Amino acid sequence: MTIKKISKDQPETFEFNDKNMELAKKAISIYPEGKQQSAVMALLYIAQRQNKNWIPLSAMKYIAKILNMPYIKVYEVATFYTMYNLAPVGQYFLQVCTTTPCMIRGAYNLVDVCKKKISENESEISKDGKISWMEVECLGACVNAPMIQINDDYFEDLNEKKLENIIELIKQDQKIEPGSYKGRKSAEPENNRSTLMDSKNA
Amino acid sequence: MLEDKDRIFLNLYNDLGSDLSSAKKRGDWNNTKDICEKGRDWIIKEIKDSQLRGRGGAGFPTGLKWSFAPKEVGSRPHYFVINADESEPGTCKDRDILRFEPHKLIEGCLIASYAVNAHVCYIYIRGEYLREGYKLQKAIDEAYKHGLIGKNSSGTGWDLDIYIHYGAGAYICGEETALLESIEGKKGQPRLKPPFPALVGLYGCPTIVNNVETISVVPTILRRSAKWFSSLGRERNTGTKIYCISGNVNNPCNVEEEMGVPLKDLIEKHAGGVIGGWDNLKAVIPGGSSMPLLPKHICDTIKMDFDECVDNKTGLGTAGIVVINNDQDIIKCMARIARFYKHESCGQCTPCREGSGWMWRMLERMAKGEASREEVDMLMDVTKQIEGHTICAFGEGSAWPVQGLLRHFKKEIEKRNNFNPLINTGQKNPYLVDQHLLEKENA
Repeated sequence: MTIKKISKDQPETFEFNDKNMELAKKAISIYPEGKQQSAVMALLYIAQRQNKNWIPLSAMKYIAKILNMPYIKVYEVATFYTMYNLAPVGQYFLQVCTTTPCMIRGAYNLVDVCKKKISENESEISKDGKISWMEVECLGACVNAPMIQINDDYFEDLNEKKLENIIELIKQDQKIEPGSYKGRKSAEPENNRSTLMDSKNA
Repeated sequence: MLEDKDRIFLNLYNDLGSDLSSAKKRGDWNNTKDICEKGRDWIIKEIKDSQLRGRGGAGFPTGLKWSFAPKEVGSRPHYFVINADESEPGTCKDRDILRFEPHKLIEGCLIASYAVNAHVCYIYIRGEYLREGYKLQKAIDEAYKHGLIGKNSSGTGWDLDIYIHYGAGAYICGEETALLESIEGKKGQPRLKPPFPALVGLYGCPTIVNNVETISVVPTILRRSAKWFSSLGRERNTGTKIYCISGNVNNPCNVEEEMGVPLKDLIEKHAGGVIGGWDNLKAVIPGGSSMPLLPKHICDTIKMDFDECVDNKTGLGTAGIVVINNDQDIIKCMARIARFYKHESCGQCTPCREGSGWMWRMLERMAKGEASREEVDMLMDVTKQIEGHTICAFGEGSAWPVQGLLRHFKKEIEKRNNFNPLINTGQKNPYLVDQHLLEKENA
């Protein structure tokens, strides 16, 4: 179990903007009548997106009111699941997978790069206020290890040098390409493919 | 080696495109109506005959699971749920199905929902797979637009709605009852079984939960017959399987192969061999991190299917093969897995919540050579205290890899940690004498 830090700096109020209210209504509508509590995870995501990638306590109270459920139940959900950030993160939020399959392919070298290039400690926003990083558990792209997630995208088949380049680019707010950094497609065996050759050559 | 004509996932590497028209060219959505018209009993019987076993880890016979759903819909509606919360370290097969073969999954959802009398299907995707979720949503929208699902899906007269529910980074939600709790908007903590979800599941209604890969192969089985599927592999271990080969291999990859393919073939032929050659192999985790590892001498001969893995005191699990070579410190690798389980324990049952932390801390010390001789046996004892004493299988999942390490590499641990406990040296130490070995961050 993990203990999540909750930000000491909390905004007073929180409300969905009109566009997000629509999204919230749509999220609630996919569940049966009276089971609107099911949408709590979706609504927390929407709140997180609206509030610079973290969820303040006032948003949890607001969501509890919308879904007609006790505040503590929303709080429980928000603290249980690791993808809800309860304290501010960088505009670029790097998550480095360090579970065994990534570790044996050098994920801790990537952690060192993050320490050097971004901030000494994880979950600490860099000096320019733009980037933060943290170690996470398996992100489910083990065949493309080592890999990191930046905001919503996966960056795969990395090494120290490639990650340094990526960090340099995001520091200058330049566009970065998600996907494999070895130039291979998806999860195919690089240079060694022996199956489905007809469709490859088609 | 499996021939291309017997492969189910022709677009595993996205050579052909994942949109509806490309999927139709590969045979998806072909005669879905005719399949459904043959009736529920025929579908369930055919799946039973194909001997398809769940691809999510436990290997439960799929046809049998479907037959547990009540035959008639009573006062409560039925639900069908897809488990796409793929978080097992070493496994990334469902991700490729979601993004490259979404129509196989959607068609499978229709057939399976029809077979178990469900009008609503939820697909629970792990939150990190947001991009994959978008791709699946696009495919679902396409299917709605062409009348393949929705009202009178594909002309079968059956109404089906498919919705995506995103998880938020909890490994435990891959356990089916925790997944249902999560869809209900609660913490993902597993429920006691029985009652099983087939009778009391989502919102207290009969619910069938299946893995992505299991459901994605269903349409092809029904189209090409159970006989074809069961001709691959061997009795009770039939069909094809997507293997994910990661770790210290030259070309890590996902590949679809026949059940019972030799492990050595998979690594040498598809993944380009172990880095440093086959002789440099130390151990292999055959089925995702929760399955016990295998030392080299077993890897030489083992065939990858459910029963042979069990015979070797491990399991096929999700077929996420993690190859570890001699350049790695095996104790450290397992300590990292133990940390994963400590992080992901839901905290509901004491043996797992506390024990997973104990195992991690002991292994961390053993990796550094700071544990005493007695602690090696104590570690085994801890795993035995967790195994079988928890609500869900997470307890086993966290204890088995450690047991596997102790079974095959005990000598190595003992060699590194070979001093007497301080308590035996007769010094006047406080009771928790080994506590000082804990670093601050471990405490």
